[in-house]
Amino acid sequence: MSDAAHFTDEAEARARWGSFSWTAENAEQVKKIIARYPPGRQQSAVMPLLDLAQRQVGAETNTQGWLPIPVMEYVGRQLGMPYIRVLEVASFYTMYNLAPVGRYHVQVCGTTPCMLRGSDDVLDACYKKGLKKGATTADGLFTLTEVECLGACANAPMVQINDDNYEDLTFDTTTAILETLARGEQPKIGPAIDRQTSCPEGGPTTLKEMVSENHDYRGQWGTAHA
Amino acid sequence: MLDDKDRIFTNVYGFQPWNLDAARKRGDWDDTKALMARGQDQIIEDIKASGLRGRGGAGFPTGMKWSFMPKEPKPGKPSFLLINADESEPGSCKDREIIRHDPHKLIEGALIAGFAMRARAAYIYIRGEFIYEAKVLFAAVEEAYAAGLLGKNAAGSGYDFDVFVHRGAGAYICGEETAQIESLEGKKGQPRLKPPFPAGAGLYGCPTTVNNVESIAVTPTILRRGPAWFAGIGRKGNEGTKLFQISGHVNKPCVVEEAMGISFKELIETHAGGIRGGWDNLLAVIPGGSSVPLVPAAQIMDAPMDFDGLKALGSGLGTAAVIVMDKSTDIVRAISRLSYFYKHESCGQCTPCREGTGWMWRVMERLRTGEAAVEEIDMLLDVTKQVEGHTICALGDAAAWPIQGLLRHFRPEVERRIAERGNAGGDMMEAAE
Repeated sequence: MSDAAHFTDEAEARARWGSFSWTAENAEQVKKIIARYPPGRQQSAVMPLLDLAQRQVGAETNTQGWLPIPVMEYVGRQLGMPYIRVLEVASFYTMYNLAPVGRYHVQVCGTTPCMLRGSDDVLDACYKKGLKKGATTADGLFTLTEVECLGACANAPMVQINDDNYEDLTFDTTTAILETLARGEQPKIGPAIDRQTSCPEGGPTTLKEMVSENHDYRGQWGTAHA
Repeated sequence: MLDDKDRIFTNVYGFQPWNLDAARKRGDWDDTKALMARGQDQIIEDIKASGLRGRGGAGFPTGMKWSFMPKEPKPGKPSFLLINADESEPGSCKDREIIRHDPHKLIEGALIAGFAMRARAAYIYIRGEFIYEAKVLFAAVEEAYAAGLLGKNAAGSGYDFDVFVHRGAGAYICGEETAQIESLEGKKGQPRLKPPFPAGAGLYGCPTTVNNVESIAVTPTILRRGPAWFAGIGRKGNEGTKLFQISGHVNKPCVVEEAMGISFKELIETHAGGIRGGWDNLLAVIPGGSSVPLVPAAQIMDAPMDFDGLKALGSGLGTAAVIVMDKSTDIVRAISRLSYFYKHESCGQCTPCREGTGWMWRVMERLRTGEAAVEEIDMLLDVTKQVEGHTICALGDAAAWPIQGLLRHFRPEVERRIAERGNAGGDMMEAAE
């Protein structure tokens, strides 16, 4: 938010994206999104529409996607919003890319809970693979960003790459994930160690029945405490 | 240790499916109609009697919050329930587990709470980075509609109620209730001046109550088991169970539901495999998410982990996000990194916060390296006091408190770095750029 946005050349963006319009599938999705908000309150849809637009740009460029100015104008026209109001939103929230990014947007969490568990090593692994903060690799594959807490602190350190979380990382497992992606394969999502989500490593200390069956604890409720 | 039978979030680790069928077998959506038939006022009374205090950090009594909503909404001014799933406080990762593994507890709670406060609909504002979690939530809401649990005559109760999911896009400040409302209206997430409070004029100018995910998701179980059950766990004024999120230098970081008031030592020993390197290796703990001041090892050891127990230590329960730091921690860097976080997340609306967070971070970095002059310590402390309480929302306070906590407990370490660098009497550099 306090970081200045980097805009790309407008004429170039206009030439490429001036005729942007929704795909048929996304046009259907847009209708559904707008219907979530009361009539006359369609401005509420600006965030999901910007996300959808960024994803469509991503699909057309084989990247995570970004928001060229003509695309933001298009969203604004659809919602009856002046362009500047759309830009305010797009530049306020960190998930909107105002400049092109690579195929994979590597977002390393660097906030304290991840820092305590080794996010420095995760970043080092990225640097060793030639990634640089705020830049895209020459092959267009990776863009590296250090982001703020992504809410997976019990699985720190972690990285979000496009839509997927990779958790409980080390220098080596981070390196392996980047190498797997570079080969065009899908790494295993979630914890990189032998662990079920945010359960303690080695197995749960509570609710052990749940591991093997969908246990119903109501039978043990008994009568309510007095 | 809390008995398994008294745990609300039985699928917290997602060993079993989240879907409606599996959730029903665990007891969710079991005769919701009967719970609602108790009546709106009775539900609010039951939640008050349970002692439930808001699980998003502030700890405001949930039942009382609901009672502020108008009993008879005016025409054209429907009431809304806004569920805060913008979990972004560093250390916090509990709502994520509820949403991806037990979403039907949240959705059933939304219906019951929305009904109790006479709301027409609930919006669930989920942080943008919870991409998988949002997918689960959208699908779970769809399941609930398909089963007649939401929409017209929701769950056969005769009450019409909608639940909508809205994804954020990366902004910590949208966890603040009025910023969240602004964001949901399609604007920058900048907090509003209060009054008017959201219960009077919130979303679209209509009466709105904003509740945390956990507060809403525990509601159906409290009603099913009776308020006395919930109130029988924990200490007076600190009742119930709570999802604790343990991160940092423990052997086995995890999320776990425990009784409020469990001692720090028991919590860590029982569920997190102890402190890395043993208990003598513990340095300090941030017990409630990044916004609360840290507590040194000796003080936290036997402290009860609840609102009043941690307040007595000059800290707070916050979201019960327990960040553990052992003696290998560069404590000044750990807090300075939080200062950077607040600088990054300041919305830019109020001058003391916009300018102050950056200024405080830059001085924190000078303290980290020891290049500061020793007078800068008091100057920094003074500035934190000038930011605190002088902004529209609590982000300014949240940025000030971790620094105050550091200087309260680790001032000798800060001074040592300055002395070591030999700059104790040196020129003071302008921190402001």
